[in-house]
Amino acid sequence: MYEVIKYIWIIFFSLGISGILDYAKPKLSDYHFFNGPIKNQIPNLNVIPYQISTPLFTDYAHKLRFLVLPEGQKLSYINPEHFDFPIGSILIKTFYYPIDFREPTKNWQIIETRLLINTNEGWFGYPYIWNTEQTDAFLEIAGDRQIVSWIKSNGEPQKANYLVPNVNMCKGCHVSENQFLPIGPKPRLLNCNFKTTEIKPFHQLEKLVQMGLVKNLPEIKSIPITANWEDTHFSLENRARAYLDINCGHCHNSKGPAMTSGLYLNYSENDLHKIGFYKTPVASGRGSGNLKYNIVPGKPNESIIIYRMESSDSGIMMPELGRKLVHKEGVKLIKDWIQSVKID
Amino acid sequence: MIQHNFKLILTFIFSINIFLFSNFEKDFQTQLILVETGGIIQIPSGNFKIKGTLSIEGKNNITIEGNDMDKSILSFINQEDGAEGLRIINCNNITLKNFTVQNTKGDGIKSQDTDDIYFYNVKTEWTNGPKPTNGSYGIYPVQCSNILIDGCIAIGASDAGIYVGQSRNIIVKNCEAFHNVAGIEIENSTNADVFDNYAHDNTGGILVFDLPDLEVKDGHNIRVYNNIVKENNLFNFAPPGNIVGTVPAGTGIMVLATSGVEIFENDIIDNKTVGTAVVSYFITEEPILDSLYNPYTSSIYIHDNKFERKPQTPTLKHEIGQLIFLKFWRDVPEIVYDGNPDPQYFDSKGKIINENRFCIENNNNAEFLNLDINNNFTNWYTPFFTSFSQDESSFTCQLPRISPTILK
Repeated sequence: MYEVIKYIWIIFFSLGISGILDYAKPKLSDYHFFNGPIKNQIPNLNVIPYQISTPLFTDYAHKLRFLVLPEGQKLSYINPEHFDFPIGSILIKTFYYPIDFREPTKNWQIIETRLLINTNEGWFGYPYIWNTEQTDAFLEIAGDRQIVSWIKSNGEPQKANYLVPNVNMCKGCHVSENQFLPIGPKPRLLNCNFKTTEIKPFHQLEKLVQMGLVKNLPEIKSIPITANWEDTHFSLENRARAYLDINCGHCHNSKGPAMTSGLYLNYSENDLHKIGFYKTPVASGRGSGNLKYNIVPGKPNESIIIYRMESSDSGIMMPELGRKLVHKEGVKLIKDWIQSVKID
Repeated sequence: MIQHNFKLILTFIFSINIFLFSNFEKDFQTQLILVETGGIIQIPSGNFKIKGTLSIEGKNNITIEGNDMDKSILSFINQEDGAEGLRIINCNNITLKNFTVQNTKGDGIKSQDTDDIYFYNVKTEWTNGPKPTNGSYGIYPVQCSNILIDGCIAIGASDAGIYVGQSRNIIVKNCEAFHNVAGIEIENSTNADVFDNYAHDNTGGILVFDLPDLEVKDGHNIRVYNNIVKENNLFNFAPPGNIVGTVPAGTGIMVLATSGVEIFENDIIDNKTVGTAVVSYFITEEPILDSLYNPYTSSIYIHDNKFERKPQTPTLKHEIGQLIFLKFWRDVPEIVYDGNPDPQYFDSKGKIINENRFCIENNNNAEFLNLDINNNFTNWYTPFFTSFSQDESSFTCQLPRISPTILK
């Protein structure tokens, strides 16, 4: 009964409005992205898997990412921050938890698949929620909450109240100067190897060139690389800044939703004060944790940024959305970095 | 007509739906996502428990309306996701009326990047009294323009009950704010009229601030008039680390680092530490690393206000309170100026030019105190030896009236 009324309601609203519902299909299987049972997530030939050098933390969820370009069309390189995606491009991101993280390829619980679709009216984001049978996923514009449990790599059980975002929450992060934009597939974040257990690693930008799917790409060596936050071949500072960039910088930049704070954590920000060094908080309320500055060099425990990363209280924690758990490894990285910084 | 009936029927089904299936949150959020231009979203009577931030984004000409401030209540007591209660982003012409947002983890109602936003008879409150664990702001437009906040009530915010930041063209009237750290605060904003409000029992009643490190600064053209600012003597319960935490308990009206402020015809009553304070950012003792920031006040005109204050001890938890208590005991001056004019407005003789002065005129029962911080606070011990100046003759002057704010 409830479902019926809900659909009547949605149909009622969709009558005569252009916009968000015009571009989405009700089920994930309707798009024919995958070959075989869709829970295996084996992409069709036109569906290109990709990875980014440092991903967003979302409660330890594992993620698969794919890109679909309209037939015969190409990505166009603009600068290290932007590809221009042709109208009709779709970005696909599937969130799943292996039941046992020690065997990550087995027994997946797929929670959701998010699509970003580039339309004549700009990008739209759509969450699809998987059924328990894992046979398909269904559009749910208002999002959902689910309890997920798994065994951690150290053998301990873990549980999380997983939040599937509603479409406005998608925009909450994906917006820059009021334009909806993708976050992950930036040239500088794709400028790394694609790694899986099945095939030999390959360089993603080179592969895109080989496949003839990108135009105006300069020499790859000239494109900046954003560090892999776990790869110690990169400097501690680069890893920390890469982590802050992907987890915070999409809002915390001079054009993003958190510009009101004056705290900018995007990779290209060079002003130490704007990155938070000795910067007083503005509207953080109890998020300040009785501390005076966002970052105190050499003193991670006196830095608000650490306090907010270590919190899981929704009135304190940062990021505001997308996690319920504390990312211990991420916190450690940022602490180590703050500890190491010396400013005169 | 047919369509109208159809809407009525569906509204009816929807109401039944809420009643029977109590999935108000998901349905309400769905409406916020799908609402068409010109649409009205109703909040029925009831106390609806909401677990995550409700948001509306990129919409035009929308009304969100309850039956009554005390009947239609969105309660976030069990909030799990997001910090705000209701979030309005990148919209145009949004009207909110006749409902309450309660007990959010963070801010109550936040609107950002929105032009033409109207709050009528909306209440934000934290119901367990003033606590540092309450959210920061109640009604919170930031980086908006054409803002009207009319007939609203804000209770219990751990920063400001009604807070307008980094915005233009603002009217706050007929509102009541109490049990907040700051009752009403206008920050880094330009063209604001704050009038006919009742700010009482906050730490500070009405604050006009300009702070560094923000995209939008240099707030100016702000009029605060015809308000009742009474007994703002609540202990400062802001979580430490927030600038509002530096406001002494017992502050009526405070202007910090803003230029072009006119304060007139207010009743400023029984605020125990300072009726009206005008201070530069230096009073916070925070370093200023923002090279574009102006920490001074200028063009401040305080006139025709009525002050009343029965003898009582100013707060002793704040340096300013301690200093004036040592000097004045329980009978402290009503208007306190830090005596720190903006050097960019000095003429060749080092005197501040007329139009940028600090002027007080024709206030009732207003004893004046000039802290003269540049001379009196050069060493920590000098205030104890200096006699503060209470000579108001050099500040008795007139400034041109600030023109009214007009919403465009």
